[in-house]
Amino acid sequence: MAIVAETSRFSKTGRPILAWIVGLIFFFPIFWLVLTSFKTDADAVKPEHLIFFTPTLENYLNMTENYDYWRFAQNSVITSVFATIFALVVGIPCAYAMAFNPTRATKDVLMWMLSTKMLPAAAVLYPMTFITKSVGLFDTHFMVIVVLCLINLPIVIWMLFTYFKEIPKDIIEAAQMDGVNTWGEVREILIPLAWGGIVSTALLCFIFCWNEAYWTVRLTTTEAATLSKLIEGNRAPEGLFFGRLSAVSAAAVGPIVVLGWFCQKQLVQGLTFGAVK
Amino acid sequence: MGRIVLDTVTKSFGDAQVIPPLDLTIEDGEFAVFVGPSGCGKSTLLRLIAGLEDTTSGKIAIDGNDVTQVPPSKRGLAMVFQSYALYPHMSVRKNIAFPMRMAKMDQAEIDKKVEAAATSLNLLDYLDKKPGQLSGGQRQRVAIGRAIVREPAAFLFDEPLSNLDAALRVGMRMEILELHKKLNTTMIYVTHDQVEAMTMADKIVVLRAGNIEQVGSPLELYRNPRNLFVAGFIGSPTMNLITGAAAGSHGAETIGVRPEHISVSATEGTWSGTVGVSEHLGSDTFFHVHGTGLADTITVRADGEVDFKYGETIHLTPRSDVIHRFDAQGLRLG
Ligand SMILES: Nc1ncnc2c1ncn2[C@@H]1O[C@H](COP(=O)(O)OP(=O)(O)OP(=O)(O)O)[C@@H](O)[C@H]1O
Ligand SMILES: [Mg+2]
Repeated sequence: MAIVAETSRFSKTGRPILAWIVGLIFFFPIFWLVLTSFKTDADAVKPEHLIFFTPTLENYLNMTENYDYWRFAQNSVITSVFATIFALVVGIPCAYAMAFNPTRATKDVLMWMLSTKMLPAAAVLYPMTFITKSVGLFDTHFMVIVVLCLINLPIVIWMLFTYFKEIPKDIIEAAQMDGVNTWGEVREILIPLAWGGIVSTALLCFIFCWNEAYWTVRLTTTEAATLSKLIEGNRAPEGLFFGRLSAVSAAAVGPIVVLGWFCQKQLVQGLTFGAVK
Repeated sequence: MGRIVLDTVTKSFGDAQVIPPLDLTIEDGEFAVFVGPSGCGKSTLLRLIAGLEDTTSGKIAIDGNDVTQVPPSKRGLAMVFQSYALYPHMSVRKNIAFPMRMAKMDQAEIDKKVEAAATSLNLLDYLDKKPGQLSGGQRQRVAIGRAIVREPAAFLFDEPLSNLDAALRVGMRMEILELHKKLNTTMIYVTHDQVEAMTMADKIVVLRAGNIEQVGSPLELYRNPRNLFVAGFIGSPTMNLITGAAAGSHGAETIGVRPEHISVSATEGTWSGTVGVSEHLGSDTFFHVHGTGLADTITVRADGEVDFKYGETIHLTPRSDVIHRFDAQGLRLG
């Protein structure tokens, strides 16, 4: 009895407190980033101005004056949106085939797809740079979209596969008996039933695309450069201008944090792979 | 129209042959029931006809057209699943209308047919509900409604009533039979319940391990079971199977006597034993008799008025004209 009472008391008060602590720990860097972005570069490194300082918009104004923030932002949106769309267009039929018409090879194919994520990106850096340059795709939207799509495809297919798996096979078969062709099955049954899962997958894929830095930084210069490149560009030549760097970073992660905030529910569902209903 | 012919159809899953070469004809308008123990391949056979499984070899024809390579959506058959398999994201109305919408029928006609189906299946009050808000029986009706609106060549049912409680099951059984009489469309019905098979079928197909043991009308199977398996499977309670001297005296390895073909007496009879458990159904009473030296238990059916107490001695006399005789291979003699 005592144990039962204790656990329930813990789950009533202890658990929320713990959750808040963990939440704050995770949130702190973002908070610090935003705070620093309103300090002058000089204030940013002075301990006496750790918390108390005169806020300034100088960094943000500086950023929009010196760089074409909107172009970087636009590139991020374009590449992330199209990469996500392509990943879904390829991933939905692929996951559908594996979920409803599995063969002996299905498990191996899934594992193989996941295994491509284990290859260190650096291992193919030189060939990627060389190839994209020699075929004239270096620093193009098209190339960034293809790369973002491909690196996220395994996770997209895995997630969609787990969602599709939850749809009873009977329902798909009933639709076939009702005279539906394959495209009709996908449109009338699969997409509506797995809509939540598809949205979660799309959101997560979008976020991964937006945050991707390794390839977008290395395979672009100006034309197709995304916000990751903007941050990177601010770091290199000018050294430790923390205020400015923070402003750029905040402006880069801002949109995605806001998006994530509004889509919390979908994201939680997505990250737990449908385990929580 | 819906005459279905299976010609040396086989089905293997990997190395396991589930359906050995099998021939079967189901006539247009017939109510055929596939019956057999669990795992004998009833569902597989039905799914082969539906096209949900590919045949390993052999041919399937519907109304003379070879449909072996035709996908399920083009075979013109309707199926009712054990799990109902309703579309959870659509209302009852949309569920029933779905096959017609896929066939690109006129919206006015769709509405008319949905109304008609809902009226005959008592679903008018539920048309705008989702399947999740319905009871099992109502869901089953929706599944049937979805099947009838498209006027298929044949209906396929895979244990459609096994998720319902006993009372509802009897009611739905009658509704399905009623529907068959009204539509006069071929129906193939899978069940492992021989009572369901007996009460519903024009033609029963008894399956064991993918083999057809016997095909015939319920009474043919009841009166002339072709072998011991069918003898033991059809009829409730099951036939008494007796081996040894009593069988030898009839020139058989095994004889079978149905419980209703044995008369009971307190004083005299061919066999005798002690009464074990008895089941009083009101109209009838079943006595389970032990110690006859014939078999572990002999089940007899007596009139509801007859009363024997537990442990009493009882005398049994089989009706000699309805004794079934089987040889050492279990095949019917004579
Ligand atoms: N997809 C499959 N892969 C491998 N074996 C299968 C598959 N489907 C069925 N089987 C096997 O085929 C045999 C027949 O199965 P089936 O489902 O037709 O039996 P059933 O007569 O319908 O039984 P039940 O009354 O339990 O529904 C079983 O031994 C089963 O294990
Ligand atoms: Mg079955």
